[in-house]
Amino acid sequence: MRNVARHIATTNVMKKIVFAMMVSAVCAGSARAASEADYITAFAAAESANKEAGRLRNQWTVTQAALNAAKKAAESGNFDQALKSAQEAEALAKASIVQATSEKQRWKDMEIR
Amino acid sequence: MSAARLLLAVTAAFGLGASAVAADKPNPAADAKAFQDYFVKKFPKVAYDDFVNGPYSMNADMRRQWEEKEQFPPYEFALEAGKEMFAKPFKNGKTYADCFPNGGVGIRQNYPYFDDKEGKVITLELALNRCREANGEPPYSYVKDEMASLTAYMAFTSRGKRFDIKIPDDPRALDAYEKGKEYFYTRRGQLNFSCASCHVQSPGERIRAEILAPALGILNAMPIYRSEWSGMGTISRRIVTCNSQTRAVPLEPQSDEYRNLEYYLSYVSNGLPVSGPGARP
Repeated sequence: MRNVARHIATTNVMKKIVFAMMVSAVCAGSARAASEADYITAFAAAESANKEAGRLRNQWTVTQAALNAAKKAAESGNFDQALKSAQEAEALAKASIVQATSEKQRWKDMEIR
Repeated sequence: MSAARLLLAVTAAFGLGASAVAADKPNPAADAKAFQDYFVKKFPKVAYDDFVNGPYSMNADMRRQWEEKEQFPPYEFALEAGKEMFAKPFKNGKTYADCFPNGGVGIRQNYPYFDDKEGKVITLELALNRCREANGEPPYSYVKDEMASLTAYMAFTSRGKRFDIKIPDDPRALDAYEKGKEYFYTRRGQLNFSCASCHVQSPGERIRAEILAPALGILNAMPIYRSEWSGMGTISRRIVTCNSQTRAVPLEPQSDEYRNLEYYLSYVSNGLPVSGPGARP
């Protein structure tokens, strides 16, 4: 019985440690300054999504603006901002892809019949 | 008995299949009627031909201002320039008149048309640049200046003639028409607007300081002098600007999509008179 109680107590402590490690890892990750490599990866993902939107003939002007902002921030060495803008560009490009795809059928709902 | 049932089932299946095909087949004439009826019902007080006057048919104050402005219309300079350009021979001695039926006079109402050799829609702007290139001249910008002047003159010589856009019984022409319709109703840009969002759902309403024009007859007044542009603009310019305003990246002027859109929008305005060149706020 006592062994069982000890086991439970140990498990609870371990769980707390694991949880604390996860929290500290997350905090450390978010507090860490973005590197050039982070920016390059995010920018490539955003460009790729925007290229797909272009293939669907449905790019948004704001996506290109966010890509330009990311590039400008990276050139000035501000990789935190560059990463943020690149991620924003990717989100916008993906939204434009969703729009183009869904509108392939949805446009018919607006038609005057 | 079972053979009779089978026969009935097969007949019904064929019947349903045939009606489904019929329902899917584009019917431009029915589309145009529904389109025109929609606007007539929405604006019962607007005289039918007045739809070509866009926002002025929707708002009495704007109409008064426009009527005064028309005494010295802002497109007059472009019209004069277009007339001169149209008559001036190319380096090879030929003129624009050699490229068009009836010497290019009074023909605006027939554009765009479907060219069965090329299998594509030919707009007036495209035909003008092709005329230039065929005569050894460089093409003009599709959005303003010279192109706007030339189309202003050609529209002026056609004023009052009713749009008469033809869709031949050719699957490629019907496909171009359908694609134009799809483009018209498709939402795009970050603002998630289609052409129809403004010009079908909201004509007569204000969008900031502007009063939105109805889609019916919207191309009949082109090209236009826009105060917002401080100059003339072609149909290409109008479409490109609409795209930008919804935060969509515009396509290249005279892309297949824009040509098809012009084909659709012109066809559903068949029967309305040419009123271009026009003036808009």
